[in-house]
Amino acid sequence: MPPVLDARTLRKSFGAIPAVSDVSFTVDPGELVGLLGPNGAGKSTTVGMIAGIVAPDAGEVRINGQALQGDTDPAKAAIGLVPQDLALFDELPARENLRFFGSLYGLAGAKLDATIASGLEFVGLADRARDKVKTFSGGMKRRLNLAAGLLHDPQLVLLDEPTVGIDPQSRNAIFDNLEALRARGKSIVYTTHYMEEAERLCDRIVIVDHGKVIANDTVRGLYGLLPASRRLTVELRGNKQADSGLAEATRALPAVASAEVADGVLSVALDDLAAGAPGVLSLLQQRGVAYDHVVSERGDLETVFLTLTGRTLRD
Amino acid sequence: MGFQAWRAMVRKDLLLFFTDRRAVIMSFAAPIAIASFFGFIFSGNQNTEKARVPVRVVDQDSSVVSKAIVQGLAADKTLEVSGGTVEESRDAVRRGKTTVAVVVPAGFGDAAGRAFFGGAAKPQLQLLYDPSHATELAMVRGILTEHVMQAVSAEMFGGDQGRRLSQQSLEELKSPGAMPEGDRRALVDMLGAVNRWYERDKASPVPGASPAARGLAMPYTTHEEAMTVRTGVPYNGFAHSFAGMGVQFLLFACIDLAIGMLLERQQGLWKRLRAAPLSRGLLLAGKGTSGALIALMSLGATFAFGMAVFRIRIEGSVIAFLAVCVATAVMASSFGLLIAALGKTPQATRGVAILAVLLMVMLGGAWVPAFVFPAWLQKVTLAIPARWAVDGLDATTWRGASLPATLPTIGVLLAFASLFGTLAVARFRWEE
Repeated sequence: MPPVLDARTLRKSFGAIPAVSDVSFTVDPGELVGLLGPNGAGKSTTVGMIAGIVAPDAGEVRINGQALQGDTDPAKAAIGLVPQDLALFDELPARENLRFFGSLYGLAGAKLDATIASGLEFVGLADRARDKVKTFSGGMKRRLNLAAGLLHDPQLVLLDEPTVGIDPQSRNAIFDNLEALRARGKSIVYTTHYMEEAERLCDRIVIVDHGKVIANDTVRGLYGLLPASRRLTVELRGNKQADSGLAEATRALPAVASAEVADGVLSVALDDLAAGAPGVLSLLQQRGVAYDHVVSERGDLETVFLTLTGRTLRD
Repeated sequence: MGFQAWRAMVRKDLLLFFTDRRAVIMSFAAPIAIASFFGFIFSGNQNTEKARVPVRVVDQDSSVVSKAIVQGLAADKTLEVSGGTVEESRDAVRRGKTTVAVVVPAGFGDAAGRAFFGGAAKPQLQLLYDPSHATELAMVRGILTEHVMQAVSAEMFGGDQGRRLSQQSLEELKSPGAMPEGDRRALVDMLGAVNRWYERDKASPVPGASPAARGLAMPYTTHEEAMTVRTGVPYNGFAHSFAGMGVQFLLFACIDLAIGMLLERQQGLWKRLRAAPLSRGLLLAGKGTSGALIALMSLGATFAFGMAVFRIRIEGSVIAFLAVCVATAVMASSFGLLIAALGKTPQATRGVAILAVLLMVMLGGAWVPAFVFPAWLQKVTLAIPARWAVDGLDATTWRGASLPATLPTIGVLLAFASLFGTLAVARFRWEE
């Protein structure tokens, strides 16, 4: 069975500026794949090429094994785009918005009415069907934006930064919607620069930077790229330059991957927190180094991105 | 799917249009209001009295001649005559309250009489005028000439002043050397005959004859006939103003179409449209159709009002009139698509588009008929689609043109529509 989406070596430049240099990935049925990268990494352009609204300079997009060709390719009906912008008509009621977008995919009559009703129900806006969109909050607009992309029951849903600028409650509502879609067997490409969202939702994450895929794995697999899975941070007290051999002595301890002292803070990367942390604290006691604060952190996607690119996601 | 999507796009645009109160007012109420105003100004409505030109006459002479001039001017239906001093008149003209002031100096009557018969110096009438009313000055000058000639000649050929002057002139001519002998004799004979005419008139006066009737009069009258479609069908100037304003606001409606498209692009709505399995041609056709329908409704409502209130009639072919309306709406809609294709941001595009439309309708004869333009400009404006639209509507309304006679106009409008549409498709930015 071919993947629902197979993006192969996509490339796109706008004038002399390359937006996407080399992006390839697949999405299987029922899989939720995160497209993670900083702003300007090429995520939206990639989504545009998959949706058929941006023509790639090279490469191809296959939907269920068939190459997507031209504006009128019926395979486009298998794709539901939820753009980053609130692509809605503010002056029209929610129901009229959905009626219009559904009609673009050939829905009509009773079937369209039923689809609109279930769509509004799905995103929790059934009681606001007759209200103009301009009266909606940002979160409600985001939810309606999602419903508009799902009306024609697409097999593949492309969500481009669907939670930008909304409150936590609406964000959670959208997360619930995505979980429900996945439960229905929909394939989802979820574009975001929020690592915690990708971490929470995605089965697999494709990290994009400067228009290229730099990693493509499950969350667990990505953590495997880190030199250490835990980080211990100790805030030292007193003369912070006094013990010049502290970093070197720490690195010699078992389960310690790396250690450094900077600005009065000892940062230690550990392969195993339980095995390594007691040794670090004992060493500090032995050397008479007092400290005020100890924090242990698990490695996250931010760390993965930092490890892979040398930059943070929000740089 | 294509037809359904096209219909959905048109329906959505019409819904959006009718929810936008400003757009509705601009498309329906504004053209009616402004066309009515222009119609009142330029139509020469047959039932309303024309504004008279305010003129002051300062009579410093108070002679029979000057009084006759004042009387003649006051009786003229095109002038509104009042009096006053020179200073008052000068001030009134300066403040724009009076268009022309005529100062008749003391001694004008005598001097004019002497100049009328011989080579005496001509007296001077002083005209104080508002420089912003040059056209009215020319008109007043013409009317003044008529009344001065009438008053002076009447007095010279029958009045006491004329008799005194002719006798005085006759006495002066008796002494030789005043002029060449031949001329002197001829003038003596003429003045002698005039004096005999005076005596005859005095002996058997014609009952009711006024002094003016004895003087010079216009030796002709005119019969003016407006050449409309049929005898008895009067020219209705509202037809032109409604055509002009209808076309102007129809083009404005299509600017709104273009700005709407740019806003939709800005809001990401075109991404959603483009994601659907629809051709680019269909997407633009949907927009073009809704634009043309809105334009047609605007033009239709404007003319419906003009027909109901100002009795504009389609004196020519109704089919031709409808065809011109449709062709104009399609042209305007494709012009809107072109604006959307060339525009970058809605804000920047609106100003440029409004300027372009204003230039187009001004040169197209929507404000004033194109025939008042210089000949070279009339030729240039053939390249302006609004000119063809206004001319086509004029032709099918008061000029009474038939369908075959209107076909070239319809063809040109559709050719403009094709040109704009082709350019729009070629230049439209499909990718963000």
